[in-house]
Amino acid sequence: MTTQVTTRRSFALRHEERAAWTFLLPWFIGMALITIGPMIASLYFSFTDYNLLSAPEWVGGANYERMLTDARLHKSLVVTFTYVLIGVPLLLVTALALAIVLNRGIRGLPLYRSVYYLPSLLGASVAVGILWRQVFGKEGLVNQFLALFGVEGPGWISNPDTALMTLIVLHVWTFGSSMVIFLAGLRQIPEELYEAASIDGAGRWRQFRSITVPLLTPIIFFNLILGIINSFQTFTQAFVVSGGTGGPADSTLFYSLYLYQQAFGRLNMGYASAMAWLLVVIIAVFTAVNFYFSKRWVFYSDQD
Amino acid sequence: MTRIDETEISPLNATQALTAPRSRWRSKPAGRNTADRVRGLTKHALLIAVGAVMLYPLLWMLASSFKPESVIFSDPSLWPSEWDFSHYAKGWNALAHPFSLFLTNSAIVVAGALIGNLLTCSMAAYAFARLRFRGSKILFAAMLLTLMLPIHVVLVPQYVVFSNIGWVNTFLPLIVPKFLATDAFFIFLMVQFFRSLPRELDEAAKLDGAGYWRTYFQVLLPLSVPALATTAIFTFIWTWNDFFAQLIYLTKPAVQTAPVALRNYVDATSGASWGSLFAMSIVTLIPVFIVFLIGQRYLVKGIATTGLK
Repeated sequence: MTTQVTTRRSFALRHEERAAWTFLLPWFIGMALITIGPMIASLYFSFTDYNLLSAPEWVGGANYERMLTDARLHKSLVVTFTYVLIGVPLLLVTALALAIVLNRGIRGLPLYRSVYYLPSLLGASVAVGILWRQVFGKEGLVNQFLALFGVEGPGWISNPDTALMTLIVLHVWTFGSSMVIFLAGLRQIPEELYEAASIDGAGRWRQFRSITVPLLTPIIFFNLILGIINSFQTFTQAFVVSGGTGGPADSTLFYSLYLYQQAFGRLNMGYASAMAWLLVVIIAVFTAVNFYFSKRWVFYSDQD
Repeated sequence: MTRIDETEISPLNATQALTAPRSRWRSKPAGRNTADRVRGLTKHALLIAVGAVMLYPLLWMLASSFKPESVIFSDPSLWPSEWDFSHYAKGWNALAHPFSLFLTNSAIVVAGALIGNLLTCSMAAYAFARLRFRGSKILFAAMLLTLMLPIHVVLVPQYVVFSNIGWVNTFLPLIVPKFLATDAFFIFLMVQFFRSLPRELDEAAKLDGAGYWRTYFQVLLPLSVPALATTAIFTFIWTWNDFFAQLIYLTKPAVQTAPVALRNYVDATSGASWGSLFAMSIVTLIPVFIVFLIGQRYLVKGIATTGLK
């Protein structure tokens, strides 16, 4: 009797397992052929000299050694780190501030939300890159406004000191999607907490510090991690704004853009692969450090 | 690499953010005294100012696409004092092929990506959310890890393979991976959604004699319209805007998509005709804008019909 039950159970389980594999089949093939296979190949390429035309030639760690002395690579790291370290926090602070203002049962919320959200959907497009090129050009929109006040603005994009700043502005312009996530997070904070705090005599600022911020930290953390991962890979806008060069004077030479130049401009596939692996390491380290420090500031409520 | 435990990232993710209930307004009773009203007005003034600054460049680009070339660089207004409709016709026919071809190419790539993502990501999500199998936890973690993986690390080998099998300058490198559930973000999104649906539904279907496929197709998918809509909307917008992959794989003008063509147009004009450049930029933004308008309504509807935890 018992054995019969177990065999029937295990038959059902086997059946379920087989079904699971069928459903996972496309993903599994993708994982093997589109992700893991190429990852292994790219690790191999990173130790070779490879230009697509002839077979890869093993060069040991030469590509990695070359990174140590490649001044443009160093420049691209500085550009990308500047962008990530300034752009991501600036975007998150803007998104959080507006989410909090909008959360207070404000009239016209759907309209505000739509208006703020729209740029984040368009921000990655070539069209907006073209727009930015004009807006911050010598005779662009920004300078047209400055001219109204008698100020003659510089060519923001043609000046190496300000070009990167225009791209950071573009990044902050797309704060809407993070704001929407914050808004949803704010809605999930139980009303009772505020009522209780209010009865205990806590003012608005105190409520914000002791209720809103702690309960929102998991979402801030989530946005931070994704924001960093994505910003490290910024490509399109740097490519469009600089005409693919990363100029002026390499001031918008993002890591992704330099990698593209190496791979598809000069066909240095080995070196580009090594660069890709360095990027993986950088992102992994950033994420690990974030997770490590998250224990100190991210608050997870127990009831979840 | 870092381990991502699904409980470590808050259950509140982008999906829920977009489909979260709109209830529970924390509004105070309408401002009774003057101080409250002044504060409210200041707040609105500030919010409107921020919105205006954000939208101004976009609206200005739209207006400029109707302004004579000579005033684009001197007229910051949002309403052309003199209308010039020639930019659209000029831009449309400025490259080797009419712009309609590039838009069609983009539409084909988007359609392929849409079908692929909706089908295969939801299939994978069903297995992860509902079925028991050996190694499910490890595979789920591996799936999440791929979210963090920069595409650059698979780029070169993928290019080598695709070019060896003659897929460069076809849409296949852009579409086929979508049929292999490579967008882990959407799998994660749908896993979260499926988990919010009561398991009793599956069990009831099973008692009625439905197999796994029928449960997936006829029970879970119809209930998952909000998650599928979110996936469809994001797939549409991200694929339509995508530039990196399309730039690499589409080098012949006849197969180029709208963003790549637009980029080439910048070089072709070398900044000499901003009017038509803006006109074509507007043309490529319109589909995204329409999807945004439709999607907004859809998402709000999804919010009402689903009670996410």
